[in-house]
Amino acid sequence: MNFTHKQSAHCESGVISNLLRFHGLEFDEPMAFGIGSGLFFSYLPFIRINGIPATAYRIWPGQIFKRFSERIGIKLERKKFSNPKSAMLELDKMLDKGQPVGMLTSVFYLNYLPAAYRFHFNAHNIIVFGKQNGSYLVSDPVMEYTTEISHEDLVRARFAKGMPEPSGRMYYPVKLPGDYSLEQAIWKGIRQTSDHMTRIPMPIVGAKGMKYLAKRLRQWPEKLGERKAILWLGNVIRMQEEIGTGGAGFRFIHAAFLDQASAKLQNEKLFNLSQQLTKSGDSLRDFAYYAGRVCKNRKSDTKTFAELGDMLEACSVREQEIFSELYEVSKSK
Amino acid sequence: MNKEQVPQDEENLNEGKLAKLYYATDDKGHYVKVNSIGWEPETVAMQQAWDVVNNEVDEAREKVIKGEASPILYYLKKNIMTPALVASYVGTLSLIVRLHCRPFFFKRMSKKTLEKYAYTFRISVAELTDIERLKK
Repeated sequence: MNFTHKQSAHCESGVISNLLRFHGLEFDEPMAFGIGSGLFFSYLPFIRINGIPATAYRIWPGQIFKRFSERIGIKLERKKFSNPKSAMLELDKMLDKGQPVGMLTSVFYLNYLPAAYRFHFNAHNIIVFGKQNGSYLVSDPVMEYTTEISHEDLVRARFAKGMPEPSGRMYYPVKLPGDYSLEQAIWKGIRQTSDHMTRIPMPIVGAKGMKYLAKRLRQWPEKLGERKAILWLGNVIRMQEEIGTGGAGFRFIHAAFLDQASAKLQNEKLFNLSQQLTKSGDSLRDFAYYAGRVCKNRKSDTKTFAELGDMLEACSVREQEIFSELYEVSKSK
Repeated sequence: MNKEQVPQDEENLNEGKLAKLYYATDDKGHYVKVNSIGWEPETVAMQQAWDVVNNEVDEAREKVIKGEASPILYYLKKNIMTPALVASYVGTLSLIVRLHCRPFFFKRMSKKTLEKYAYTFRISVAELTDIERLKK
């Protein structure tokens, strides 16, 4: 199979990019991410993962692909299975036909990844594009090169339990767009992202959500005690900087998208906003840097947490401005 | 972030298997792709999460050796699972898994149930029931 793998920062946009390249459509990862409106922020104190409130710098899994397909006009065939045997048979059938297949997996069972990354995260996207000596050939977007996985590990990864259950889900494009307006798709992507970042009337999502987290974060040492406050802070860093984010909680990927969009649409304004978002991303990196130091020294006092809260709030203010402007620019398009 | 500033911290948890992709800017502010082998704050946060896991694994190991818990508890912690998650793999209730974490109920488990747990933890039944190997 003539499959070309390119590394990407985020799994979902990376799979889109790699799958479509096989079918003759070239979308760089930031394009896929931006058109699919991947950037977001939410802090959900009432949803706990291992006792720690859920913080996300992105939209929930699956949405990027969905939005992207709608905007470009791709029809996907999606399948889920009740048992591993039929799931693997169906995969083999598609591979025999020469069709690379995207699928949902749990990173816990992907043993080509470094052990430190292998928590029970069940919404990781990979592409399987071939079979060799009983092993499957894998294009994992976050990896530099393609790799292999054994039949048994792939079965476990596709049928992991927990939330959400992959249930062997797999997908591949069946209808590719005849013609589509890239310009329209780009504007739609920009509009939805900026709309969601600034205009949802809820305090816990979008740029406001960052402010809300800043407010809560300042109180952590008092409310939770030292140990827990540091643990929760570490979790925020992980959500912002760990694998799949491209740095600064997806801000750099989105800025790269605005940069590419500005070139495609010959719109200087977008480049200008891309640079502003880069700056905001840099501030988030600073935030992570100082937060990392707090975690390393294991010392949480109210003062440092107040400072960290201030840094995050400054980012919130800046992003509110940037995305409001992006909304204004894209509104009429 | 300028492409020259993309961190390359040698001390990382990537085992040399992974150099993540970053988006960084060139001198004119346009984006390029740069690989990074690691960044300290991320490594610290990740290590911290693993410290929590490893502590719980050690605690569980102690309990098993003292006879206060069954090896199920140890392997549950070792696989970063919860009773509810193990229960959905084994096909039972999380209450039952909790009971199986106690030596009293563990000793009364059928071979078939043991096999299910062993499969979930990716070990053999012999390994699952052998407490001696946890003492090393």
